[in-house]
Amino acid sequence: MDQQVSSAGGAQNRTSVERRGDRELVVTRTFDAPPSTVYRAWSQPELFQRWWMPKSASGVSLVSCDMDVRTGGKYRLEFGAGGSDTMAFYGKYLEVVPNERIVWTNDEGEEGAVTTVTFEDQDGKTLVTFHEAYPDTEGRDEAMEGSASVLPEQLEQLGELLAA
Amino acid sequence: MVQYASPALDLSFAALSDATRRGIIDQLGRADASITALAENFQMTLTGMKKHVQVLERAGLVVTQKVGRVRTCKLGKSGLKAEAAWIEAHRKLFEARFEALDEIISEMKQEEGDGSAS
Repeated sequence: MDQQVSSAGGAQNRTSVERRGDRELVVTRTFDAPPSTVYRAWSQPELFQRWWMPKSASGVSLVSCDMDVRTGGKYRLEFGAGGSDTMAFYGKYLEVVPNERIVWTNDEGEEGAVTTVTFEDQDGKTLVTFHEAYPDTEGRDEAMEGSASVLPEQLEQLGELLAA
Repeated sequence: MVQYASPALDLSFAALSDATRRGIIDQLGRADASITALAENFQMTLTGMKKHVQVLERAGLVVTQKVGRVRTCKLGKSGLKAEAAWIEAHRKLFEARFEALDEIISEMKQEEGDGSAS
């Protein structure tokens, strides 16, 4: 599978965005502070909510932000675009190692992506790696194409879809 | 690198924030499809799928055309490949996010510096 890499900004603190295969997103960036500081900005709700959804870029703002950042803890973020509709993002923390890594589920969609963020010390700076994987779609594709349990008519529909 | 006009980003972001809608983009990257076929493929009601497609349509990521009783969906936005659109939307979001995070980290470092100095 092709890989696409996209980056911009100054040479020093570049945000790199890479798509691996169909189901993985990897974003890296170096921050000029030790992991303990970057981790704090990521794990304390009052700090996290100030940067996670920058209004200038997303057009939405945070309505509520609940985060219990520890293994097994839950989070729920709600965003609004000004109207009555809000978007909710929620899930739980699968693994939390302070100053090192946070792993959480994204349970708002049907496909349950798992996100892992790691904080690596690099001479007093921090390399942040954000990794998001969507496991179920691939499984779904395989199930639709190969599984004997799939109804013949569903396979036909898939064939029509792919042939269209 | 393909550049989006920035006003489209908020809509693109909202559109791509949902796993099903990302799946629809992937699907349409392979072939155009009717809303009915998408609904069946994603095991969802017709009404539910229409809502998802509308969100994608408002963001310009998908265009639809009704011929007879069938509404066909295909990727929109000047023939951008799904992958390019997907990665571009994420790149802009993360750049903005991390710029904001950078500012907060600078503030924190200052506060920490003040703290240790006093």
